[in-house]
Amino acid sequence: MAAVSLKDVRKSYTSDLQVIHGVSMEIKDGEFIVILGPSGCGKSTLLRMVAGLETITGGEIVIGGRVVNNLEPKDRDIAMVFQNYALYPHMSVYDNMAYGLRIRGLAKVEIDTRVQKAAEILELKKFLGRKPREMSGGQRQRVAMGRAIVREPQVFLFDEPLSNLDAKLRVQMRGELQALHRRLGTTSLFVTHDQVEAMTLAQRMIVMNAGRAEQIGAPLEVYARPATTFVAGFIGSPPMNLIPKEGRLLGIRPEHLEPCAESEAMLTVAVDLIEPLGADTIVYGHITGDPDGKPDGDGSSARVAARLPANAVAQAGKLALRYDPANVHWYDPQSGKRIEQ
Amino acid sequence: MEKRVVFRSAWLPYALVAPQLAITIVFFFWPAFQAAWFSFQLQDAFGLKTEFVGLRNFAELFNDPHYLKSFKITALFSVLVAVIGIAVSLLLATMADRVLRGALAYKTLLIWPYAVAPAVAAVLWAFLFAPSVGIITFALKQIGVEWNYVLQGDQAMALVVIASVWKQISYNFLFFLAWLQSVPKSLIEAAAIDGAGPMRRFWTVVFPLLAPTTFFLLVVNMVYAFFETFGVIDATTQGGPAGATQILVYKVYHDGFKSQDLGGSSAQSVVLMIIVIALTVIQFRFVERKVHY
Ligand SMILES: Nc1ncnc2c1ncn2[C@@H]1O[C@H](COP(=O)(O)OP(=O)(O)OP(=O)(O)O)[C@@H](O)[C@H]1O
Ligand SMILES: [Mg+2]
Repeated sequence: MAAVSLKDVRKSYTSDLQVIHGVSMEIKDGEFIVILGPSGCGKSTLLRMVAGLETITGGEIVIGGRVVNNLEPKDRDIAMVFQNYALYPHMSVYDNMAYGLRIRGLAKVEIDTRVQKAAEILELKKFLGRKPREMSGGQRQRVAMGRAIVREPQVFLFDEPLSNLDAKLRVQMRGELQALHRRLGTTSLFVTHDQVEAMTLAQRMIVMNAGRAEQIGAPLEVYARPATTFVAGFIGSPPMNLIPKEGRLLGIRPEHLEPCAESEAMLTVAVDLIEPLGADTIVYGHITGDPDGKPDGDGSSARVAARLPANAVAQAGKLALRYDPANVHWYDPQSGKRIEQ
Repeated sequence: MEKRVVFRSAWLPYALVAPQLAITIVFFFWPAFQAAWFSFQLQDAFGLKTEFVGLRNFAELFNDPHYLKSFKITALFSVLVAVIGIAVSLLLATMADRVLRGALAYKTLLIWPYAVAPAVAAVLWAFLFAPSVGIITFALKQIGVEWNYVLQGDQAMALVVIASVWKQISYNFLFFLAWLQSVPKSLIEAAAIDGAGPMRRFWTVVFPLLAPTTFFLLVVNMVYAFFETFGVIDATTQGGPAGATQILVYKVYHDGFKSQDLGGSSAQSVVLMIIVIALTVIQFRFVERKVHY
C-alpha cells in the first residue's frame, strides 16, 4: 500500500492536442479515490498515466515515495481492472489470475494460496477451471478483480469496471468493491462517469472537466458546496438549478425548493413536465416573471427543476416555490467559480 | 429466424447454377474420374492396347524408389515452404502491426506479390540466382559461396523454396496482420501490467490467439506447396538436378506428358487427390473448432 501524488500532471497526445492541463492531488495511503467526469474529459488518460500505459508529458507522479514517470507499468507495483476486463481468453480463470504471479517468479505453493484466497473472497472457487468465454459478465468482472487482488499491489486502478454490467449487478458489485476495499485497504483510483458510483464509493473524489480538476473533495462536501458551475450542474439528479440574478448565478438544488402560497413565492414556474418517481415527484418548467419581481428581468425563462414530496399536487400551470436562503449558492457567471458569502 | 430467399419456379435455381456446375463437371469431375479410371489401366508402348490391371499401378508406384524419393522431396519442400513462409510473414506482420494501425494503401502494396503468377515469380528469382550472371550469385561469390543451382541439388531446392515462399508471404502476412490488429489493445496492456516483457507478451498472449490462424495457414500453405508450385518449378529447375526438386505434382506431369506413362501418372494423381482431400478434411475439422473465443 502506498500514497500517490500527482504533481501538476499534464498530457498532450500531439503538440496541439493537450488533454490534461495540470492536475495535482495528494492521495493518502489506503484511500479510495474516484475520478468523475463526462465522456472525453481525460479520466482514462489520467489513470493510464498512473498505470504507465501513457507517457507523462509534464509534471510528476509519485507512488509510495518513488517518482514513477519513467518506470515501466510492471515496475510501478500497480494492478489495473479494465472496462472490457481484458481477460486472457485462452487461459482458464485460474491461469488468468496466476499469470502475473508466475511472471514474477513466485513459488507454486504461494501462487496457489493467493489464487485460492482471491477465489474465496470473490466466490469464484467453482469457476477456476473455466475459460472467460464460459462465464457471465459479472463473473468475468470478478475474475478481472481477482487478477488484480492476487498481485497484492500498492495501488488498484479501475477504469469504469462496472459500466458493462446491468443496473442490478452494478449495485451489487459496488457493494462488493466497498467490502473489498474495507478488507484489503489498498489505495484505489476508480474512474467513472456515473455520479452515483462516485458518490457511493469515493472517500474523496476528483471531478474533472476538459482535462482539469474542477473540484477535489469528499462526496458530500462536493455535493454540499460545488466549487464551480460545472460541478453544480454535473452532480445531483436533476442537477442544481442555476438562475441568473443580479448579475450573478443563483444556485439552488431541486430538493431545496418547496411549494408555497402565491403570496410567499420566491420563484414562479410555468410547469411543463412532471416526473412522478414514487418517492417524490420532479417538476420542470420555466421561470415566469423575474425572481426579483421586475418583469422581463434577466432571470425570466431560466429552466428550473424542483423535487417535491410525492403528496404535493403537481399539475401543469403556474407553481409558486420558495427556498431557504441558507441553501443558496452563488456563482460568478464569467469564471463559473463559487462566490463565498 | 433464418431468412431464406425462396424461388417459386422449380427450374430457375438449377439454371442459375448450371454454368458453374458444367464447368466443374467438365474441367474437374470428368478429368478426375478419367484419372481414376486410367490409374487402373496399363497402355502398351504404342498406345494401341489398353488393359485393366487393377491396383498394379499403385503397387508399382509405391515400390518405385523414384516415387518414394519424390514423396520425401515433396514433404521437405512443403514443410520448408509452409514453415518459412509462416515464420517470415508472422515476423513481418508483428513489426508492421507496431507501426501501422490501419494504413490501407500500404497493405494493398503488400498483397502485390500474391497477384504475380508463379512462373513470373520464379523467373524473377531465377534471374537473381542465375548461375553465372545473377546478382545474388555474384554477391554470394563475394562471400565465398559457390552457387550453381543447375548442378547442386540443395541449392536448387533453396531456390524453389525462396521463390515459392516469396509469393505466399503476402497472403500469410495479411491474415496475420488482420488478426494482430483484432487483438484488443487492453489485453496486451494487461499483460504488460502483469509484468510480461514484449517477447513474453507475444508468445503467451498474442500468439495463442493467432494459433487457429496459424494452423489454417499451415494447411493452406501445405496445399499451396503441394499443388500450386508447379509453375515455380517448371520455370526454374524443371525438377532437376537429378530429380532433386521433383515434387509429386511435377512428377505427375513429367511421367504423364514427357514419359507417356499414362497409367502410372494417373495413379500418382489419384494419390495426390487423396492427399488434398485429407488436408481439406483436417482443415475443416480442426480449424473450425480450435477458435478460442
Ligand atoms: N491515443 C490517443 N491519441 C489522441 N487523442 C487521444 C488518445 N486517447 C484519448 N485521446 C483524447 O483525449 C481525450 C481524453 O480521452 P480519455 O479517454 O481520457 O477520456 P475519458 O474521460 O476516459 O472518456 P470516456 O468516459 O469516454 O472513457 C479525448 O478527447 C480523446 O479524444
Ligand atoms: Mg475512459
